[in-house]
Amino acid sequence: MGVRYIGAEVKRLEDPKLITGRGRYVDDIHLPAMLHAAFVRSSHAHAKIGDIDVAAAAAVPGVVAVLTAADFGPRMAAAMPQPYAAPVIKQSITQHPLAREEVCYVGETIAVVVAESRPVAEDAAALVAVDYAPLPVMAEFRKALDADAATAHAGASDNLMATLRAQFGDTEAIFASAPHVFRETLSQHRGGCHAMECRGVVASFDPGPDELTIWTSTQAPYLVRRLLAGYLGRDESTLRVAAPDVGGGFGPKAGFYAEEIVLALLAERLQRPVKWIEDRREHFYATTQQRDQFWDVEVAAASDGRILGLRGRCIHDNGAYVPYGVLLPATSLAAFPGPYALACLDIRIDAVFTNMVPNTPVRGAGRPNTAFVLERMADRVARELKIDRAEVRRRSFVRPDQFPYETGMKARDGSPISYDSGSYHACLDRVMAKIGTDFVARQQAARAEGRYLGLGIAAYVEDTGLAPFEGVSIRVLPSGDVVLRTGAASQGQGHATVLAQICAEGLGVRIERIKVEAADTGKFPLGIATVASRVAVTAGSSAQLAAERVRAKALKVAADMLEAAEQDLVIEDGIVHVAGVPEMKVTLGEIARRLAGAPGQPMPAGVEPDLAATAYFEARQTPFANGTNAAEVEVDIETGEVKILRYLVVHDCGRLLNPRLVDGQIVGGVVHGIGNALYERMVYDESGQPLTTNYGEYLLPLATEMPPIEVEHIETPSPLNPLGIKGAGEGGTIPAIATIISAVDDALAPLNVRIAEYPLSPERLLDLIDAAAKAG
Amino acid sequence: MSEKRRISLTVNGKAVEREVETRTHLADFLRHEIGLTGTHVGCEHGVCGACTVLVDGAAVRSCLMLAVQADGAAVTTVEGLARPDGTLHPLQTAFWEHHGLQCGFCTPGMLTSLAAYLEAHPNADEPDIRRAISGNICRCTGYQNIVAAALDAARVMREGR
Ligand code: FES
Ligand code: FES
Repeated sequence: MGVRYIGAEVKRLEDPKLITGRGRYVDDIHLPAMLHAAFVRSSHAHAKIGDIDVAAAAAVPGVVAVLTAADFGPRMAAAMPQPYAAPVIKQSITQHPLAREEVCYVGETIAVVVAESRPVAEDAAALVAVDYAPLPVMAEFRKALDADAATAHAGASDNLMATLRAQFGDTEAIFASAPHVFRETLSQHRGGCHAMECRGVVASFDPGPDELTIWTSTQAPYLVRRLLAGYLGRDESTLRVAAPDVGGGFGPKAGFYAEEIVLALLAERLQRPVKWIEDRREHFYATTQQRDQFWDVEVAAASDGRILGLRGRCIHDNGAYVPYGVLLPATSLAAFPGPYALACLDIRIDAVFTNMVPNTPVRGAGRPNTAFVLERMADRVARELKIDRAEVRRRSFVRPDQFPYETGMKARDGSPISYDSGSYHACLDRVMAKIGTDFVARQQAARAEGRYLGLGIAAYVEDTGLAPFEGVSIRVLPSGDVVLRTGAASQGQGHATVLAQICAEGLGVRIERIKVEAADTGKFPLGIATVASRVAVTAGSSAQLAAERVRAKALKVAADMLEAAEQDLVIEDGIVHVAGVPEMKVTLGEIARRLAGAPGQPMPAGVEPDLAATAYFEARQTPFANGTNAAEVEVDIETGEVKILRYLVVHDCGRLLNPRLVDGQIVGGVVHGIGNALYERMVYDESGQPLTTNYGEYLLPLATEMPPIEVEHIETPSPLNPLGIKGAGEGGTIPAIATIISAVDDALAPLNVRIAEYPLSPERLLDLIDAAAKAG
Repeated sequence: MSEKRRISLTVNGKAVEREVETRTHLADFLRHEIGLTGTHVGCEHGVCGACTVLVDGAAVRSCLMLAVQADGAAVTTVEGLARPDGTLHPLQTAFWEHHGLQCGFCTPGMLTSLAAYLEAHPNADEPDIRRAISGNICRCTGYQNIVAAALDAARVMREGR
């Protein structure tokens, strides 16, 4: 056996280039004769557009073209495709790459300016004069379904995008007979993407072979290829889409955007490469967000605090269009019943149109929202029945002896959803042990001094490793170096390292010999997307299978070359030798050379050329990760400031491939959730104008505000894949909001302040404290 | 709108002379005029710190400074942190060892900000370091490993003195 890599804290293969300034992000791509594009975007939330006067812009020296939808004729006649069509979508309205008659949010693309430099393109874009005839604006999603509501789209009969519903058990009967029923309304707002790298696209067209190449800062190059090929009427073989280094994704980079179509058409039309780089202000109104949900829910509980069921309704702000099917609200729905063994559930989500930037998933997607609902209700039951919050959860969780556990929910194909394995009680108990039994005493002592300490806890379950697959190919070169290719894109997670670890161990080579190439349709034929914490599970399992196949092939050929029996051979550090006889050896490079063929030399019998294999592990069922978080906070009731003193995570994502990278995902995810809980709010006024479009107005978590975060793991392997793994990309974010709000609520309990919303700015918290004082 | 001026400066120890538009900011100059794309632009309004470079040893947001203002200055970018023989700066080594980066987009600014800070504050403790990078936004890491890396690098730098 060579070096063990799986489970080891291997340093990342990605880092040497990134710490020395040699990363290659989209804006780092420079092509000869490249032009620069800037977009003219709607300044109205809802309007008809009339004349577009481009004369002044076109006259600016250095401007090459100023184009509207009309200028592209039939090439841009269609609206953008719906990537995730579903019968449940009542109005599948997508935007046009450049608006034709109507604009439905501030920031919607209307025209494009192409110039010799970016500053010139931007200057000229400001000179394009658009004639707007304003229309009534829908900017209050909670009123979107009112009978007299303005419609977000002219001519639409109402603002309903889709109604989703999940039901199991006899909700009526259980709620009628339950000893306790409590009702809450909850307001949730999650904010935007804010990857440190904004979006960007470079498009290049070579008319000779008729080939179009797109580099885009995306999580889903294969989705972009499929939809772009369809829109352009191009064969996929003449379209290459590649994601170079990507500076963070977090969900909104998983979609297909107008700018990708426009840049492709520009490169074809102008026959010069064109680059567009989103600036930060644009990011606030050109990249999808995840804004509001409003929930009205009831929980039914037994007298011992056991949660029996949940019912209620959510209004989900979908923004102006449907760029991403119903995946976001559907993920909120599918995240029920979390870690709880419920007898019944009846939840309806109405997704509505508003005249604001379209909404798509942000890290955790709808799951943090659902965790918030479940955990606020669990806290409510505990408070009303005066039972310890942890105890309510213990009594309500799926028990260890119930796995695999059918939750009552149904998958898209109608099959029952089943939790594969987990450690719900163990994670909770471990968190509570770490908090210690003295918290209440400390809290009381602090209160005596006029200080408000609070403890928050929240548990969660996360569906990971979404079907169907991410493939991996592994190829040994004649040099003995190994090239691993995959369609799965990376935005900082460290997939290259993890896949190389699996490959190195499975094949028997040193990790330094492996080069990983990912997310380029020119290098690997198929891919899905990096979403839903799925890559480690899907691509990781494929890497394992591909490595096994290459290994088997190498052993077969080596046995022939060494005249030894296959079962006597071992592979160590890229060398196949007879066990115990190290001098009877052949290197993987030599085997690769043998399988590369030479004129007149036959292949070894029964072996195909090339020391390589491609595998697509098919993820048929979902591995569910789980965990519990806890936080201690102190609230300053004079300033409304929330200081997080301590944050604990006990987490179970099955077998850990690289604990250091998993911890990095968890901590980063928790901080994202803390941002959602306390800082990030995308504000629009009643006319649909975005008011927070820079980092002075929209606050992100900073190093000074973040607490030390302690992470511990319990490893319950998943039975559903060869490595026993579960995804870890979003588990940090999912419970973090609920944890922080639970802690603030606990801190302010003596003041009768109840928190049913986020984000909680200091101003908002002071208002809540004042209101509670007035209510007496 | 495009008045030009000639500037000369040193970048990572090398003399550079160029004609630049007066409105070009230093980040764009470094990235697009002389091809040093290690310096990143995350906000272009002075908040995220991704564009931080050293100008005569001081950490500066290159999106808020015009290239013409760097006339005569010595500029160090992330590409210039390692020694000419390729030996990494202790901060670079520590970021690698402590998993102090994920997507790597904020990293150049983190490294340059901390390089200047630790040079001036060799005994910095954790709260100092958190304050020192409070003007650098990272969306990926949650800062924890960046702080751990910086503390470790500070130790190595002290020992190397
Ligand atoms: S790009 Fe200069 S501070 Fe953000
Ligand atoms: S590593 Fe991605 S922003 Fe810091």
